[in-house]
Amino acid sequence: MNGVHDMGGMDGFGKVEPEPNEPMFHTKWEARVLAMVRAMGAAGAFNIDASRFYREALPPHVYLASSYYKKWLLGLEALLIDKGYIAAGEIAAGHAREPAKSLKRGKFTVSDVERVMVRGKFGRAAPAPAKFKPGDRVRARNIHPATHTRLPRYVRGHAGVVERDHGCHVFPDSAATGSGENPQWLYTVVFDGAELWGPDADPAVKISIDAFEPYLEAA
Amino acid sequence: MLKAMTGRDHDHHHDHDHSELSETELRVRALETILTEKGYVEPAALDAIIQAYETKIGPHNGAQVVAKAWSDPAFKQALLDDATKAVSKLGHVSRVGDHLVAVENTPRRHNMVVCTLCSCYPWEMLGLPPVWYKAAPYRSRAVKDPRGVLADFGVSLPKETEIRVWDSTAETRFLVLPMRPEGTEGWSEQQLAELVTRDSMIGTGFPKTPGAPS
Repeated sequence: MNGVHDMGGMDGFGKVEPEPNEPMFHTKWEARVLAMVRAMGAAGAFNIDASRFYREALPPHVYLASSYYKKWLLGLEALLIDKGYIAAGEIAAGHAREPAKSLKRGKFTVSDVERVMVRGKFGRAAPAPAKFKPGDRVRARNIHPATHTRLPRYVRGHAGVVERDHGCHVFPDSAATGSGENPQWLYTVVFDGAELWGPDADPAVKISIDAFEPYLEAA
Repeated sequence: MLKAMTGRDHDHHHDHDHSELSETELRVRALETILTEKGYVEPAALDAIIQAYETKIGPHNGAQVVAKAWSDPAFKQALLDDATKAVSKLGHVSRVGDHLVAVENTPRRHNMVVCTLCSCYPWEMLGLPPVWYKAAPYRSRAVKDPRGVLADFGVSLPKETEIRVWDSTAETRFLVLPMRPEGTEGWSEQQLAELVTRDSMIGTGFPKTPGAPS
């Protein structure tokens, strides 16, 4: 979706402000939110692509005005309500009022913790040969999916070169909407700064994205 | 509700409306209560996740990998060929997910990592990302004006040095292998690891210089 989360190339957000000696969490609730998202994902309530999609789908003014973990909280609530794990009335009441829905991998317990401390595996067997190989010129397609996608707007319609082939991976555009893993080839595609930002761009800058094959066409 | 966007867009206790903070806190507690009452999660398991993030992961993991690559040419090559495999074989470093990619800085090329769409970050190697990495100023400008972003960090590079920005748009994760500082000949891996900063592995900084105050 063409949301405000797709920030690459936007102006007006000001300087980057590193915080000296930044703590891992700024409040205790931030840590609880992170843990709940990890636990419910690991228990099988949703996949990582759905959780990203629900954060992106927050109203633009809410997305921009909310802290990082506030977005995680709002996205988690919306996702759990939509998937039927909790009800909006329960959040208002602060207590469970309806029967639980069974989780794909069951209750998340202490013995599951080690599992969430390693990122998931996203590589899959190839359903078809790769269309592109390193060195090929490709163009990011001018597409505007209304749901989750990992093709940022700033590269759409622009030509680049395939630099690396990462094999086949779960396709986020499908996984986010519960339409299956639909594995696709994944490539690092590199673009010249001027191709993306015009003739005034810094000539020494190159930008790459990791692009799934359906995002690309031969150029 | 709507407030100005700043680089520090977190609910910080001293720059944030207290009533909203309390409201968020209550809401988080309510959700945890519901998830617990429904039998979805054990609160002790949430505690354990937080403790694992606080104690097991952090930039010390990445620093050990970088120091090893500076000391051992065969390991460096293995790291650049397949970082997940190379780091997994080390054993003493935190477990690492698939598709970790190490990218090498050279006198001709400087690498810098961003996630314009969200907050993808090699957290097994570097810990949880800092607020600035997840905030709009960095995510918006890193791909369009990386030199300007580096200036915000006090970093400048010769204008002919290629700046390569890696936008983490998939489940690949990028770790920058910075250049080994001069004056460190004969240093042990442990000494070298002390010089490796988090930002040098994101590409928004350099390693510390030997002898300079930290």
